[in-house]
Amino acid sequence: MNVQAWTFTLVGLSFALYIGIAVWTRARSTKDFYVAGTGVGPLANGMATAADWMSAASFISMAGIVSFLGYDGSVYLMGWTGGYVLLALLLAPYLRKFGAFTVPDFVGDRYYSQTARVVAVICAIFVSFTYVAGQMRGVGVVFSRFLEVPVEIGVVIGMGIVFFYAVLGGMKGITYTQVAQYCVLIFAFMVPAIFLSLMMAGTPIPQLGFGGFDPSTGVPLIERLDGLHRELGFAAYTSGAKSTLDVFAITAALMVGTAGLPHVIIRFYTVPRVRDARISAGYALVFIAILYTTAPAIAVFARTNLLETVRDAPYETVPEWFTKWEETGLLTFSDSNQDGLIQYVGPDAVDAAGVPITNELTVDRDIMVLANPEISGLPDWVVGLVAAGGLAAALSTAAGLLLVVSSAVSHDLLKRGLRPDISEKGELIAARIAAGVAVVVAGYLGINPPGFVAEVVALAFGLAASSFFPVILLGIFTKRMNREGAIAGMVTGIGFTAAYIAWFKFISPEMNSAEHWWFGISPEGIGTLGMLINFAVALTVSRFTPPPPRAVANMVEDIRVPRGARGAHEINA
Amino acid sequence: MLGAMPDSTFSPRATDPPPDRGAYWRTNLRYVGTLLAIWFAVSYGAGILFVEQLNAFTVPGTSFPLGFWFAQQGSIYVFVALIFVYVVLMNRLDRRFEVDEGDSAAASGRAAVSDARPEASS
Repeated sequence: MNVQAWTFTLVGLSFALYIGIAVWTRARSTKDFYVAGTGVGPLANGMATAADWMSAASFISMAGIVSFLGYDGSVYLMGWTGGYVLLALLLAPYLRKFGAFTVPDFVGDRYYSQTARVVAVICAIFVSFTYVAGQMRGVGVVFSRFLEVPVEIGVVIGMGIVFFYAVLGGMKGITYTQVAQYCVLIFAFMVPAIFLSLMMAGTPIPQLGFGGFDPSTGVPLIERLDGLHRELGFAAYTSGAKSTLDVFAITAALMVGTAGLPHVIIRFYTVPRVRDARISAGYALVFIAILYTTAPAIAVFARTNLLETVRDAPYETVPEWFTKWEETGLLTFSDSNQDGLIQYVGPDAVDAAGVPITNELTVDRDIMVLANPEISGLPDWVVGLVAAGGLAAALSTAAGLLLVVSSAVSHDLLKRGLRPDISEKGELIAARIAAGVAVVVAGYLGINPPGFVAEVVALAFGLAASSFFPVILLGIFTKRMNREGAIAGMVTGIGFTAAYIAWFKFISPEMNSAEHWWFGISPEGIGTLGMLINFAVALTVSRFTPPPPRAVANMVEDIRVPRGARGAHEINA
Repeated sequence: MLGAMPDSTFSPRATDPPPDRGAYWRTNLRYVGTLLAIWFAVSYGAGILFVEQLNAFTVPGTSFPLGFWFAQQGSIYVFVALIFVYVVLMNRLDRRFEVDEGDSAAASGRAAVSDARPEASS
C-alpha cells in the first residue's frame, strides 16, 4: 500500500467509527442535547475535554511554532495548559453545582439580568464562530494535502460528518465521538514522536529525549541546536526575543482565556457530581499534557533535522520530501546568489568577511508536524495516521464550538428569552436546527475564510479573558458583586481589548510593533490588561450601586458547597 | 445555636446550612491561595521572570537548562500535580464538613437519567 491508500483507509476507518458512535448515542431530550444528560464519567469527560480543547492548531501548528520560536514558544505551552488549574480551582466545581446548560445561563441568573445574558450570548457566539472557521479550514487543508481533493470538497466532507453527529446526538454524541477522536489524535501524534526520539536521542520517551544526548557523539541535543542557531545567525533556541513583560502578558491572556472559553466550560456541566467536575479537569490536563510536553520535543528534533538537512546543501541533491512540499508552496527556495546551495540563515548571519548573508529558504511552520514522518523516513502508514489525527483534532473542536452556538440560540435566546413557553420537544427541534445552521455557516467560513482568521484567534482568547473569566469568578467569590458591576466590567473589558486588537491588527497594522504598544504588550497579550480593567471597573461600580437581591446571595452561598448538586433540568424546570 | 452543636450530631441529609460553612469556605480559599501561589511560581516565576538566572543550571542527568525546562516541561507537570492535590484536599474537606455528595446515593439517581454510558466499554 502506498501513502495515499494508507491515508484513505485510516481516515475512512476513523470516520466510520465517529458515525457509528453518533447512531449509538442519539439525544432524546434537551438535557441529553445540551449536557449529555449529566451522565458522563469523569475519565471520559477528561478525554472529551482534551479533544474538545486541542484543535487543528494544537495538533498541526504548535510544535512548528515552538520549533521556530524556541523559548518564546513557551507562552503557548504554559498558556494553553495553565488555564486548567484556574478552571479546576476557581470555576468548574461551582459551575457544575449551579447546574446550568450554558455559560450565558449562569451569567444571566447570577446577575438577574437579561442584558447580561444577551451580552454573554453575543460573546459566546462570536468567540465560537471565530474559532470554528479555523477548524473547518484545517479540515480542508488536511484533505487537500494528503488526499489531493480540493479544499472545498474537504470542508464539505468534514461538515457532513460533524452535521451527522452534532445534530443527531448533541452533546451526548459529541462527547463520545470526542473520546474516540482523542484516542486517534494522541496515537497519531505520539507514534512519529517516539520514532523521532529513538532516532535522534536513542530513547523512546520524547520528553526525556530532547534533553538527552546524541547516541553516537554524546553531544547534548539542545547544545547542538543552540550551536547551529548561532552559526546560522538565528537567536539562541533556549532564550527568546520577546520582552519579559510581553511573554508574561501573553501567557496570562492565554491561561485566563482558556479558563473563560465557553466550549471548554460547558464540558464540566456534563458530569454527575461536583467532585467529578474537579477530577475531570485533572484528567483533561493529563491527556492534554501528553501532547503538550511532547510538542517541544518534536520542535527540537524537527528543527535540528531541518537545519542539518538543508544547511548549505546543493539544491540538486535535496531529498524527495523537499520537492514534494515545494509543490504545495509551504516550502520556497529562491537561489538569490545563484550558487546552487541552500542558504537557510537568520537575520544576524554574516560570512567570513563580515558581509550579511541573504536567506534563501522560507519554511511554513505547519510542515514541522505534517512532513516530519517523511523527513525522518518513517513508514507510509505513519503519514496516513497523521492525516487522520489532524482531522480528529479539527472535527472534535469544531463540534464542541458548534454546540455552544446552537445552545446559545435555542436555550439562551429562545427558552430563556424570547419564547419561555416553548415545549421540550420544540426546544430540542430548535437546538437541532440551530446546530445545522451553525454547521453550514462554519463550512461557508471554512471555504471562504475571512482574511483575518489567524489574527482573530488572539481576539477570541483576549475576549474570553477580558469578559467571561472575571464575571464568572466574581460571581462565585464575591457575594456583593451585582448586575451593574458585572455588565460595566464586561463591556469595558471587552471594549478595551477589542479596540486595542482592532487598532493594531486591522486599522493601522503598520504600527503593530513593540515601540507603539502600550507598556510593550502585544495584541496577543492585551487580554490580560483587559481582564484587569474588567475586575477594577466591576469592583468599583458594584460599590456604588445596590447589592444583589437576597435570593442571589443565597444562591452564591449554595454553589460554594458540593452537597445537593442537581441535574441541570431540575433547576431550569 | 447551631454553632454549639458538635459535628457528629448533624444528620447526613441536613437541609439547613451547617454552622461552619464559613470555616469550610475559608479553608477552601486557603488551599486555593496556596496552590495558585505554586502555580504562579513555577510558570511566571521559574519559566518567565527568573528564566535567565535559572538557565545557568541544568537539570541533573540531562542537558536541559533549568529555566527553559520549567517553561517547556516542568511547569506543565506541576500544573497536573496541583489539580490532583486540590482534588484530594477538597474531597477530604467536603467529608469533614459533611458537605460531600455521598458515594452512590446521590449519583445513582442521575445515572438512571442517562441511558447510555459508553465510557464503561471503551
